Amino acid sequence: MSNLQVSIYRYNPETDSAPYMQEFQVDTKGRDVMVLDVLHMMKEQDSGLAFRRSCREGVCGSDGMNMNGKNGLACITPLSEVVKGNKLTLRPLPGLPVIRDMVVDMGLFYKQYERIQPYLQNDTPVPAIERLQSPEERDKLDGLYECILCACCSTSCPSFWWNPDKFVGPAGLLQSYRFLADSRDTATSERLTDLEDPFSVFRCRGIMNCVAVCPKGLNPTRAIGKIREMLLADAT
Amino acid sequence: MVTNITSFGRSGLSDWLMQRFSAVVLAIYTVFMVAYLLLNPNLDYYAWTALFDQTWMRIFSLLAFISVAAHAWIGLWTVTTDYLKSTFVRVGAQSLIILAIFVYLVWGIQILWGA
Ligand code: SF4
Ligand code: SF4
Ligand code: FES
Repeated sequence: MSNLQVSIYRYNPETDSAPYMQEFQVDTKGRDVMVLDVLHMMKEQDSGLAFRRSCREGVCGSDGMNMNGKNGLACITPLSEVVKGNKLTLRPLPGLPVIRDMVVDMGLFYKQYERIQPYLQNDTPVPAIERLQSPEERDKLDGLYECILCACCSTSCPSFWWNPDKFVGPAGLLQSYRFLADSRDTATSERLTDLEDPFSVFRCRGIMNCVAVCPKGLNPTRAIGKIREMLLADAT
Repeated sequence: MVTNITSFGRSGLSDWLMQRFSAVVLAIYTVFMVAYLLLNPNLDYYAWTALFDQTWMRIFSLLAFISVAAHAWIGLWTVTTDYLKSTFVRVGAQSLIILAIFVYLVWGIQILWGA
């Protein structure tokens, strides 16, 4: 079994004048390990290699990266899913500024998340017990609350690449709809007013790159469609 | 809310609705034109002018012209805000586009009611 050929994006702004691709030979002993395991094997060869990871089981969302051209979480992506012709190319999430190697600056991504006010707002008197929901109302949050903010979707979206400061992006909009759809939230019309401009929601062109890459199997495009429907119902 | 003063209706929602409405008008107009040409294989100048002499055809055509204008502006405005990052270049391109659309619209109206 020949070694896996890995080509990885390297950039250290303190010493490199430009980013470059570095080649690694990794002996996986023929096992179908995860891409994150391969990164650890590479780090044994070159301890300067920088990447983020924490939970190594698809829960924390910190190791989103571009593997052979497709965004995903390295820790839950087996080699058999991405490797073609014994070659693996790893790059940081596209469209965000690189801090070092695979580590990107998520500032704009979080700014858009903050903008949609990702917390429950309710101005009615606080009840003695918790605010109750019917099982049907609770069901509406399924497919929305599971997002781990890994940014795989937003960084595969061309609309977010061109206007990351104005277009909320699929991740932010999925969370926006999570609160619009929540029966306990009373800020619905304020939330909608903040989204009706030509960029925040309407820059989505519906090409569904976001749906294709979400490691949690979520569907931001559907949520964006629902927000549009709510905006339309509210304004006509 | 992101403010913008050069978009068609200043609101993403109204632009979006307008884009859909104008697309439907253009689709109907295209189907009508193709069907008319297919059903009249020996079309001559007199039949063609007779068609455009009728008030309903002029209203229909004007609606289609205005739809082209709105559709083109919303679409091209989006393209300029995606790809032209220099304000100077973007505003220049947007001015040229709006000027061209205006000229074509007036010209179209003149053809419809002239001759
Ligand atoms: S929607 Fe999916 S891809 Fe996007 S941030 Fe959430 S978990 Fe990641
Ligand atoms: S469907 Fe919309 S949000 Fe998703 S990738 Fe396409 S443009 Fe972006
Ligand atoms: S390391 Fe936590 S999601 Fe991959």
